[in-house]
Amino acid sequence: MNLERLLVTLIFVIIIPFLGIFLGLLYKGFDRKITAMMQSRIGPPWRQPFRDIRKLFMKETIIPEGAVPWVFNGAPLIALAASLIALLYLPLGPFEPVMEGFGDLILILYLLAIPAVAMAMGGLASGSPYATVGSQRELVLMMSYELPLAIAAVTIAWRFETFSLGTIASTPVWNLVGPVGALGLVFIAVALFTVLPGELSRVPFDQAEAETELAGGLFVEYSGRNLGVFYLAEAVKLVVVGTLMIALFFPHNLSSWVSFGGPEIYGFVILELMADIAFFLLKLLVIIFIAVSVVRVALARFQIDKASYFYWVPMTLLGLLGTVLVVMDGAII
Amino acid sequence: MKLTKTFDKALWVFHLNSGSCNACDIEIVAAITPRYDAERFGIKLVGSPRHADVLLFTGPVTKKMKERVLRVYEQTPDPKVVMVVGNCGSTTGVFYDSYAVEGPIDTLLPDDAHILYVNGCPTRPENIINGVKEAWLYLEKLRGDDK
Repeated sequence: MNLERLLVTLIFVIIIPFLGIFLGLLYKGFDRKITAMMQSRIGPPWRQPFRDIRKLFMKETIIPEGAVPWVFNGAPLIALAASLIALLYLPLGPFEPVMEGFGDLILILYLLAIPAVAMAMGGLASGSPYATVGSQRELVLMMSYELPLAIAAVTIAWRFETFSLGTIASTPVWNLVGPVGALGLVFIAVALFTVLPGELSRVPFDQAEAETELAGGLFVEYSGRNLGVFYLAEAVKLVVVGTLMIALFFPHNLSSWVSFGGPEIYGFVILELMADIAFFLLKLLVIIFIAVSVVRVALARFQIDKASYFYWVPMTLLGLLGTVLVVMDGAII
Repeated sequence: MKLTKTFDKALWVFHLNSGSCNACDIEIVAAITPRYDAERFGIKLVGSPRHADVLLFTGPVTKKMKERVLRVYEQTPDPKVVMVVGNCGSTTGVFYDSYAVEGPIDTLLPDDAHILYVNGCPTRPENIINGVKEAWLYLEKLRGDDK
């Protein structure tokens, strides 16, 4: 690795976390506004999450007597750090992953699991029975949605014969398969879409922090700064899973359309780049709208055993069926 | 504790029934329905006093609930505001001579507690939202005093 590449990487490593936090809070605000509009409410302004964060960082941070302080305080930081690191390994719009070559899809799957584990750790360390129940539910849910998620990731990687996200995102996977494989990919995409609300602990898969039954679940003892950091981690995770979905299934770009195959001059390159970034942000909004907002408004919370069953049986079978179809497609060609 | 303007626009509310007849509680729920939509002001009902900025107490404090009311008050991180909804909380209302009632909430909380009252028996959702407006004015006054 030469010096120039090192410097560019370093700059991106500093910029991307701030960008991730900003985008996460922005999309969280859009999600709340859109949800309110679907319920025929006016809803909070889109900058409400920024206000919430500023307020939370201003409040007193209480560490309960029964808690294990270093785990209790460390868990939010681990959750935020893991979400931010995952962002460095994902292709953001037209850009290659910053850390391309140092980690791949498998690393992303592990990094996605860390925030959930950190939340469960923090809940168990807070010494409240509500938080303990919440932590157990979070772990059960994590074990459930990992299976369809892993199936989707492995199938895509099998088609590309690589786990590198830079390669996977360079060509839309739909171009590589015939009609049978496309049907299989639709099945896998549906299974992955159902994983998103579980991954983000949103309704109908918010059993771990169920406000009405567990009084806030995992976060019951968290206050002030610690709660704020968890809030940030959740916001960043929204961007991470949305970007993962885009990278796996919808890495389409607008650049060839905008410039009409024009010359590779400076103006066109900038135009292409801007169009690609705008298109990426739009795709992210659409995915969050479908997977989070619509589902949140339409459904109520599942019981934990039913949520687990939902992932383990119907969604796993759907994912496996999709895998079989994609493999069959490969055999036919 | 330094109060900024952001605090006003992101009030998270914890609701505790300290012995009310449930009428005010239903009106509080009505205030967060789509018709009144308190969320447009950034107000959110939370499940734990640790997350709360505003404690919403309804009803007179019964003997059994006294300890819980004080404990919830202690558990809430600073800065915090107490909002008493309904006549019972401020004066014990129709339960004034009951053997089970310890007294209105303001006689039990510490002297430095910031308490606001929303009257009515039961109070109306409009009045609760108006109470939030009063809370903003109160917080503005507090900020003025800090300077």
